[in-house]
Amino acid sequence: MITTSQIENKLKSFFTEIGELSYFAGRFFKEVFTLPFEFKELLRQCYNMGNRSLFLVGITGFILGLVFTLQSRPTLMEFGAQSWMPSMVSISIVREIGPVIIALICAGKISSGIGAELGSMRVTEQIDAMEVSGTNPFKYLVVTRIMAATFMIPLLIIFGDTIALFGSALVENLKGDVSFQLYFNKVFDAIEFSDILPATVKSFFFGFAIGLVGSFKGYNCTKGTVGVGEASNSAVVYTSVLLFIIDFIAVFITDIFFEL
Amino acid sequence: MDKSKKIAPILSIKNLKKSFGDNHVLNGFTLELFEGENLVLMGKSGSGKSVMIRCLVGLMQPDEGSLEIMGKDISKLSQNEFNELRTELGFLFQGSALYDSMTVRENLEFPMRQQNKTEEESLKLVLEALDSVGLRDAIDLMPEELSGGMKRRIALARAIILKPRIIIYDEPTTGLDPITAKEIIQLMRNIQLNYKTSSLIITHDVDCARVISNRMILLIDGINYAVGTFEELSTNKDEKIQAFFK
Repeated sequence: MITTSQIENKLKSFFTEIGELSYFAGRFFKEVFTLPFEFKELLRQCYNMGNRSLFLVGITGFILGLVFTLQSRPTLMEFGAQSWMPSMVSISIVREIGPVIIALICAGKISSGIGAELGSMRVTEQIDAMEVSGTNPFKYLVVTRIMAATFMIPLLIIFGDTIALFGSALVENLKGDVSFQLYFNKVFDAIEFSDILPATVKSFFFGFAIGLVGSFKGYNCTKGTVGVGEASNSAVVYTSVLLFIIDFIAVFITDIFFEL
Repeated sequence: MDKSKKIAPILSIKNLKKSFGDNHVLNGFTLELFEGENLVLMGKSGSGKSVMIRCLVGLMQPDEGSLEIMGKDISKLSQNEFNELRTELGFLFQGSALYDSMTVRENLEFPMRQQNKTEEESLKLVLEALDSVGLRDAIDLMPEELSGGMKRRIALARAIILKPRIIIYDEPTTGLDPITAKEIIQLMRNIQLNYKTSSLIITHDVDCARVISNRMILLIDGINYAVGTFEELSTNKDEKIQAFFK
């Protein structure tokens, strides 16, 4: 049985964590504009996040497009609307499914990776060693990772969306005898600026959230090796929830400006 | 030591207090380290040794007390000033704390990031530090490829790379076999002779204390319970002091 004081404590720790995360984000914005810039480490992180996630994002995108098209075909055929398939799939993937699914995949891979890496650096005193040597570990470790995630997630989402459309085109080609050229002509006819812009803008926020939460959990890791596991795990959970919240806000704002 | 006591200490801690809730870890701890001195601090596990050094290097804020490094009160320094002062401090962590994702060379170059040194100058210092610990050949290895003793030596090389005036050793021989521990102690002595450093050594190792200390402090109940040379303290009849030497 949960008592009132337990609920009170949980709420208190929840809001404390929100406050700490906000402070952490504030510190990021303060540090990101001050010298020196860690370009080398930023590039290394971009390479690590982008290159090492490429295969996972590609395969996820391909299966996504494939399955989505296979599942939708029978329903559209019932209404004799299979010619609408490229438009429907492309708009769904570009606007919503692609960014959200790929961001969730990246939350699992990148955010947990950052959480585990920084967490283990914290418990093995590597972060303390950096601080003692007169280097700003927040700038070197956190700022670079958040920036790399903010830049790389949109690129990974664009890549994943493209592969998903190829997967969809493959199904249409094999099952519906639609050529790739015809499929992509229809895709480009269907997609508008109002589909691409909000999706791209929100993918930057997705990237920021992935980098921020992973770094926050890892950088503030305690309790030894158990803490590293917790940091990694909670980074994925918190990031996933945050992604849906960001998505909800993004759709809401898009609706105001572009009337969905 | 009498002569050195007439000059200002290079490192001074006065009336340091730190509590965690009801647990009063440090209750007015005081310490003075003089130029060229090897000062050993001994205390039981949980006696506050690590808390004291974490306060000293700015990883933790004390509740009360003053901490001065080379005459500068660290609480009055800006972050930049303190970072500059930190280059005069070398710190050997208990677990070595080498950066996993970097090679030995990158580990040693890391403290030089703010120093505006050319690649040649950096490499020269790296090789010099590696020579001091006898591990020049390990320059391109990753920390995972090193043994425990080698990691400790590389960490020592990283601690001396900027030629600091003070080196703080946090349990330098813990977790090492007796032969490697002796090698590390010998290295510490060589470094002190060659680099003219002052050392604050936190250890449980009585052999280490006997070989290296000019003076010792025993930290008991959060205060400096006893101060003296190894011989003075090891022959003291007080039960609490004797417990360290049994």
